[in-house]
Amino acid sequence: MSFAFYLIAALTLAGGLAAVLLKNTVHCALALTVAFAGQALLFLDLDAQFAGFAQILVYIGAVAILVVFAILLTKGSETPKGGVYSKHWLAGLVIAAAVFSMLGWAVIWSVHAVPRGPVGTPAVTVLDIGNALMSRYVLPLEIVALLLTAAMIGAVIIAMHEKERAK
Amino acid sequence: MNPLAGFLLVAALLFSIGLAGALTRRNAILVLIGIELMLNAANLNLIAFWRYGPHPEALTGMMFAIFSIAVAAAEAAVGLGLVIHLHRHAHTTDLDAMNRMRG
Amino acid sequence: MTERLDLIFVLIQQWLVGFLPGAWRPAAGVVLSVVAIVCLFPALFALTTVFERKGLARIQNRIGPNRVGPLGILQPIADGIKSLTKEDIVPLSADAVVHFLAPVLLVVAVFMGFAVLPMGRNMALVDMDAGLLFFFAIGASTELSVFMAGWSSRNKYSLLGAMRAVAQMISYEVPLLLSSVAVVMITGSLSLTKIVAAQNQYTWGLPHWYIFTPWGLAGFLMYAIAATAETNRSPFDLPEGESELVAGYHTEYSGFKFALFFLGEYLAMFSISGLGTTLFLGGWSAPLQILGWVPSWIWFFSKLMLSIFVFIWLRGTLPRLRQDQLMNFAWKFVLPLTLLNLMVAAAWRFLGDGWERWVICSAVVVIAYTGMAWAGMRHGHFGPRSYRYAE
Repeated sequence: MSFAFYLIAALTLAGGLAAVLLKNTVHCALALTVAFAGQALLFLDLDAQFAGFAQILVYIGAVAILVVFAILLTKGSETPKGGVYSKHWLAGLVIAAAVFSMLGWAVIWSVHAVPRGPVGTPAVTVLDIGNALMSRYVLPLEIVALLLTAAMIGAVIIAMHEKERAK
Repeated sequence: MNPLAGFLLVAALLFSIGLAGALTRRNAILVLIGIELMLNAANLNLIAFWRYGPHPEALTGMMFAIFSIAVAAAEAAVGLGLVIHLHRHAHTTDLDAMNRMRG
Repeated sequence: MTERLDLIFVLIQQWLVGFLPGAWRPAAGVVLSVVAIVCLFPALFALTTVFERKGLARIQNRIGPNRVGPLGILQPIADGIKSLTKEDIVPLSADAVVHFLAPVLLVVAVFMGFAVLPMGRNMALVDMDAGLLFFFAIGASTELSVFMAGWSSRNKYSLLGAMRAVAQMISYEVPLLLSSVAVVMITGSLSLTKIVAAQNQYTWGLPHWYIFTPWGLAGFLMYAIAATAETNRSPFDLPEGESELVAGYHTEYSGFKFALFFLGEYLAMFSISGLGTTLFLGGWSAPLQILGWVPSWIWFFSKLMLSIFVFIWLRGTLPRLRQDQLMNFAWKFVLPLTLLNLMVAAAWRFLGDGWERWVICSAVVVIAYTGMAWAGMRHGHFGPRSYRYAE
């Protein structure tokens, strides 16, 4: 595995760690953006160009900004009185460590069972993705369109200021 | 150690980091940040299996990941809308303080 | 002879790279192209600052800078020396790391956008299959740097300016993308070189540029409006309006970092104009077939400078839009029209060749525009000025 993979993986993991460990919420959101960027680079390393650029466009261009706006609208930059970690942080850490050990054990134990397939670069163009979206995956496409519309309307209604009751 | 195992290990590590963040932080927004990290780890898994799997020209993994990105964006929007609404009601986003059923 | 002039930069690159051993040649070629872009566009930026100040001055009936060099042409050198030697002030309570990284991120993101623009016949730095998607993805990253700049300064006005700027940029990003999707739909590819190649055909000596089609003209107008709003140029420059918010999100920046923001804004203007030229104005193709002997890169840069001139003209002429007027305009006027434009482009494609498609598509576009404009004015939102005084 190339040096580039190690570098990008280290960047992504560092961003993820910073996103859950830092005290200042806005710094966490910016570290999350770094993790998203590292993830997009990993997608490009895997020859999934469309997924990589879609990751940058959607996650960094929209989700990260959404998180930052939510932090600003809820005054998240102020540190709460009891510290940033909840009372039951140890249980959470133990659960996460257990999940990682289970997943890691599954991966390492099955390292020899790689599916026998072509390992060259798959020649996938955006045209193929478009064709697939319109032929084989048209039903999920329409459902996702409905879902996004519903989510947009729902988010606006939930976050809207309610009209004041008449005095 | 083949490349596929490397990507899967990175995804597993990212997933558990996100899980740890979602379980140990007080602020509701940081829980959502942890959830986004977990979704990203799952997407990485999907694309890694698409690339090193037997039929990359069938585009299954790539399609799944693209739909997952779209759904994650929708879920982040609704989740953050809920956090904003909650803050307006309880004047805090501290999840440890929201431990009663009655508002 | 004209082909050699057309390919002169490619030939120079190959000649320079030929001095190196074989294994280093591809990397060296790329590095040379990158160096050329990094040197050329800031030089164009310097030229544009003079152009803008003199142009705005003439529109406003004054002269503009005329002391440094003949007709003030050497003014950017004076400006550069000034901004490099000014003290770099970072407020005490500002977040130092984020404060430093914001202009860096902006300039890096904007430079990366130049990599996919085809500036001449074989002169796109990277010919990506999903080039347009790459450009928009990188453009989306600039919004984050604007927010970082405003938040890290710990200043009310900066934060307010940053929030307004980000809200404006995300509102206008959707019409920007949708008006480009119509072009992608007709061409059948996201690759910018293929989009230009599809426009490089001539019928009776006139080109097949997309701006000469009904949906292309509507799309170009909406792309231009969205591009002006994306780069925070007048009339959409409320986030950095000097008379409203001090300097908006770059209030607390001085010296070289301010110069970087300034550079980033103008380079964003160049790259978005370059993309507009590629998508709608035919990129490097000549306007008439008989003029095809002129090198392609001359056409690209002329169209680019023409777009910059129009930006400067708009800045000097139109008054500034208020924040709510701006967002209303985006979501209630431009966005529905871009969606309609997509359908008109689809109808164009499926009505077959002939005069019917011209008539039908033009009729739909004109009726839609005038109908929505009339509907908007009828409710008085765009009507005569009304005053509200503080109670």
